[in-house]
Amino acid sequence: MNSTRLHDWHIAAGAKMAPFAGYEMPISYPTGALEEHLICRRSVGLFDIDHMGQVELSGPGADAFVSRIVSATVLDMKDWDARYSLLLSDEGTVIDDLFVYRLPGQWWIVINAGNRDVDLAWFKKHLPAGVTLVDKSDETYMIAIQGPRAIELMDAVSDRKVSGFPRFTSGELKIAGIPVLFGRTGYTGEDGGELFFPAEGAERLWKLLLGEGERLGIETRAIGLAARDSLRFEAGMPLHGHEITPSINPIEAGFKWACGLEKDFIGKQAVEAVMAAGAKRRLVGLEITGGVPREGYEVQSTAGEGIGECVAGMFCPTVKKYAANAFVAPAFAKLGTAVKVVIHGRPRDAIVVKRPLYVPAYRR
Amino acid sequence: MNIDKSARYRTSHEFARKDGAEFVAGISDHAQESLGDIVFVELPEVGKTIKQGETFGVVESVKAASDLYMPMSGRITAVNGDLAGDPALVNKDCYAKGWMIRFAPANPPEWDGLLDAAAYEKEAGKE
Repeated sequence: MNSTRLHDWHIAAGAKMAPFAGYEMPISYPTGALEEHLICRRSVGLFDIDHMGQVELSGPGADAFVSRIVSATVLDMKDWDARYSLLLSDEGTVIDDLFVYRLPGQWWIVINAGNRDVDLAWFKKHLPAGVTLVDKSDETYMIAIQGPRAIELMDAVSDRKVSGFPRFTSGELKIAGIPVLFGRTGYTGEDGGELFFPAEGAERLWKLLLGEGERLGIETRAIGLAARDSLRFEAGMPLHGHEITPSINPIEAGFKWACGLEKDFIGKQAVEAVMAAGAKRRLVGLEITGGVPREGYEVQSTAGEGIGECVAGMFCPTVKKYAANAFVAPAFAKLGTAVKVVIHGRPRDAIVVKRPLYVPAYRR
Repeated sequence: MNIDKSARYRTSHEFARKDGAEFVAGISDHAQESLGDIVFVELPEVGKTIKQGETFGVVESVKAASDLYMPMSGRITAVNGDLAGDPALVNKDCYAKGWMIRFAPANPPEWDGLLDAAAYEKEAGKE
């Protein structure tokens, strides 16, 4: 089992720890997962996400290689732009989802912890001569800072004002002498960003952000993976292994927008074939009455026939609803359709609702 | 660990407490603490008869569902309707405002087989 450099800090803070993607990670702190979720929605949450991996690609063939191996259009990106993409198999199913940064002279690709080996093998399998791949995961630390006051806190501690960075762009800055690549992105729906920096600075930077938050009167708290999941779920973001997997294609999961169909990329033919034939199932949001839906629970029509399955489900703390993401037969995917979710052996009322369930104030 | 000394316990962390001729049941402070934030409690219908050790409901925390086991056999005479609107009452006050069910016992001597507060504290302390 791997652990991050903040492991001892998490333990000292009283975190409940559990294995996630091969790492022992904080699930929640004594603050409690629900309160952690709400703190991130009202002020600032800090997330230790060092389990995430980072890959650097460079060389004369790197532009063409990245464009071919990821689904999204990337060649129109300017230096410092950041963009969401999928990594697709030849069959057009989702190997992983990625954040692609175009930096001067190189591409910086952020991958999911649990898929690090698979992703690296896939990159290496397709790597042409003239492209250099370096796995930077171990030497790079990653912290997310998210919430309506995250940018205010960043501006206060950084030698550059990140408030000037448009959404989905990045830049280099220094915090107390630590060189940081800051991407104005995130996985909670809130404003904020993700920090990449040399791993040895992890504890110092983490404590500095918490301490400066307190000093400036900006409520800033460590947030565990349980709240990270409910935050991303409410904001309609996928978690690989749930809404997207190696047996799900982007069309059924609603990710056509992340496929640059005007260019060539691995998996494109398969994606186009699904588009031509029509998806056999659709990802929908469900709101449930009378129970908590969970991954694996069956979705039924009101007549009691099986029409799909939940891939994630929970209580959503901001919107105060019990909701699931589920794949259902296309005939049941229309907003407002009444269906059932079988919870503990009993079908409960559910309705197909619009995703995401939550849109933060700054994007309304 | 907060223990209600007047209650008795199952090793699965449900408590039962005498209340007149009936009993009140719920989950222990140790249980709510290890479950974390509780977001839903599914309770039985009033009038239902449930045997000792059978499930009477489900408690849902942020991440998981856990079955609730009947501490003694009995007929459900009331459930705590407040938990529908505020399941966190189980976290805040598990022995009083966070109670789950009342039941009329079918076999009162089962009480003697439950763990008393001291024995339960010792048992829960092992986890």
